[in-house]
Amino acid sequence: MTSQSYIDPNDTWTKIIRPKRGIFDLRLGELWRARDLIMLFVWRDFVSIYKQTILGPLWYIIQPVLTTIVFTVIFGNIAKLSTDGLPPFLFYMAGNTIWSYFNACLVATSNTFNANAAIFGKVYFPRLSIPISVAISNLISFSIRFAMFLLFWAYFMLSGSGIHPNWWILCLPLLVLIMALMGLGFGIIISSLTTKYRDLQQLVSFGVQLLMYATPVIYPLSTIHGIWRLVILVNPMTPIVEVFRLAFLGTSAIDPIFLLYSAGFAVVVFLAGILVFNHVQNTFMDTV
Amino acid sequence: MSNTVISIENVSKSYQLGVIGTGTFKEDLNRWWARRRGKPDPYQKIGGEDFGNRQGETLWALKDINTQIQQGEALGIIGRNGAGKSTLLKVLSEVTAPTGGEVKIRGRIASLLEVGTGFHPDLTGRENVYLNGAIMGMKRIEINRKFDEIVDFSGVEQFIDTPVKRYSSGMYVRLGFAVAAHLEPEILIVDEVLAVGDAEFQKKCLGKMENAAEGGRTVIFVSHNMPSIQALCQRVILLQGGTTIMDGETSSVISHYLSNFSNGLDGNPAEVDLRNHPGRSRSKEPALKRTWITNGAGDINNSIEMGGSLTLYYQFECSRKISSPDFILVVEDERGVPIFNLKSALVATEKNTFKSIRAGTVCFHIPHIPLMPGTYYASITLTEDNDFNRIDSVQRAISIEVLPKDVYGTGKIPSRTAGNVFVQGEINVEPL
Repeated sequence: MTSQSYIDPNDTWTKIIRPKRGIFDLRLGELWRARDLIMLFVWRDFVSIYKQTILGPLWYIIQPVLTTIVFTVIFGNIAKLSTDGLPPFLFYMAGNTIWSYFNACLVATSNTFNANAAIFGKVYFPRLSIPISVAISNLISFSIRFAMFLLFWAYFMLSGSGIHPNWWILCLPLLVLIMALMGLGFGIIISSLTTKYRDLQQLVSFGVQLLMYATPVIYPLSTIHGIWRLVILVNPMTPIVEVFRLAFLGTSAIDPIFLLYSAGFAVVVFLAGILVFNHVQNTFMDTV
Repeated sequence: MSNTVISIENVSKSYQLGVIGTGTFKEDLNRWWARRRGKPDPYQKIGGEDFGNRQGETLWALKDINTQIQQGEALGIIGRNGAGKSTLLKVLSEVTAPTGGEVKIRGRIASLLEVGTGFHPDLTGRENVYLNGAIMGMKRIEINRKFDEIVDFSGVEQFIDTPVKRYSSGMYVRLGFAVAAHLEPEILIVDEVLAVGDAEFQKKCLGKMENAAEGGRTVIFVSHNMPSIQALCQRVILLQGGTTIMDGETSSVISHYLSNFSNGLDGNPAEVDLRNHPGRSRSKEPALKRTWITNGAGDINNSIEMGGSLTLYYQFECSRKISSPDFILVVEDERGVPIFNLKSALVATEKNTFKSIRAGTVCFHIPHIPLMPGTYYASITLTEDNDFNRIDSVQRAISIEVLPKDVYGTGKIPSRTAGNVFVQGEINVEPL
């Protein structure tokens, strides 16, 4: 048994439980030691969703393709929204692929405390491991969707339909990182607040949908003018979607410098989220 | 230097009674603003009786708990429901933070407040062993190393690749406990998980915990089961109303607990004043005032013959009218195991159509009490809104002495060794 080695003769305590933790006492070391747990959560989320389904992981492919087809028919063929001269299918698929990651991160983490109350009420482990594992497991589904997008993208490029990929493609990891931080940040802020005010839970799902319409997912930024353009530019998701299209399809109405704004925004939201989360996790069991 | 592995210093924990978040954001803001300026809570209810651990709308589930736990010690925690046992365990296992005080811990701690925490129903037993182990704080290599041992201990080898939602509840618990039993922490905190599973498995679990204690590990064990506390622990803390009322050698604390809570007063009176009864737990107000028992002849007497008639009365008076009341009587044995209950919500009463009531006397009449000779205890409870809201409850409010009688008319007296209840029946033997 290893217990003897653990007991320090110098009268130091391994853990001190106090009523309040310092605001900046984030216990990142503890989180690092929980990496096995985080990876198991990732694996659990990934595996459990499609247990007892016939198509299994194929759903990761079917979903985005179907959504894209619906978008193409409704917004492209019926509403006849402009796609900046790009093939509508590819245009919508690009927006959809990138948006879905942010959407999934935000919605899934925003329920952290309520969904895991049963576990949190019985055992302690670093609480942040749950939202972090969510961001990672969604990264896997994003990769599958993205691979799907690349397939269609390659097809359209080979059949010569006027798309011009460029070096901005190298920015992709940065785009994903910004989205992860922002989704996670907003998600854990909301999850912290929902321990007291359940109303927010209702707000999230439709709020995210509204946000999608304020982001150039189904329309290009180039078609928006005046005051509305300003509104859409304030949305930190706008540069991400637009730069993604710029990189892979070659057209965009945004100056990539706006990405810096998104990045700054994401960092601020993420840090704020961690602080709020850290504050709430001490006593949320009493209110949830 | 002593080998103190847990030092609990002035630990307190309070809960706000009533609705949390009060419904509106504005009230919360006002409350916060008042607190900032050092003013009292503007929504705090004033007036109302204050008894014991309640102050205003705040309930002190734990108040100034102090103790030191040495390495290798097996400490038991006992007390009535609502005494603060589970809250103390929650604070120790970091599930919730204390309101005041400090806990210092030396060594790896594992808390078993539940078995199978985080089991995912769709995952197989094998997958859940890894998941549960990691949640409890094991490294993946550690689980790899112990996997066969865990499965062996659980006895569900055949089903290890079946989703746990197909498991029987017994298998589920066994697998969960098997993982927990292989944690090898320096400090193990266990909350009544032994109350589940069959007798054989419980024995296995107790054995595992005894091994842990003998192997130099520290065990903190909460239970209502006095025999297992007796078997496992050298020291016991008795909690009541959130404070430690006794801390010492196991058998003396247990006997104090049993005698003190058996009946609040000396002897076994047939009539008990409930207003300051020690068995009252976490009640809204002391609405129950007095209880008494009468025998078949209508005299106040709590010594009843086997099969005799017993009538228990209690008087209650609330500060307001309560709606859809339910009057509940639970009879339990000396060890606290419930034997039967009577609820006015289930049993037709003469006048059970009360929409609302403020005060009155309830009468539970049992024409033939089916108990073996011995001492039993009655706990009484008053709830409203179809049991949604508990107004008042007194555990072991009054004792019942059942006297032996030749109920089968054979000249022999049945004994309690084979159970608490007797039944009338016939036995016929066909000789070959």
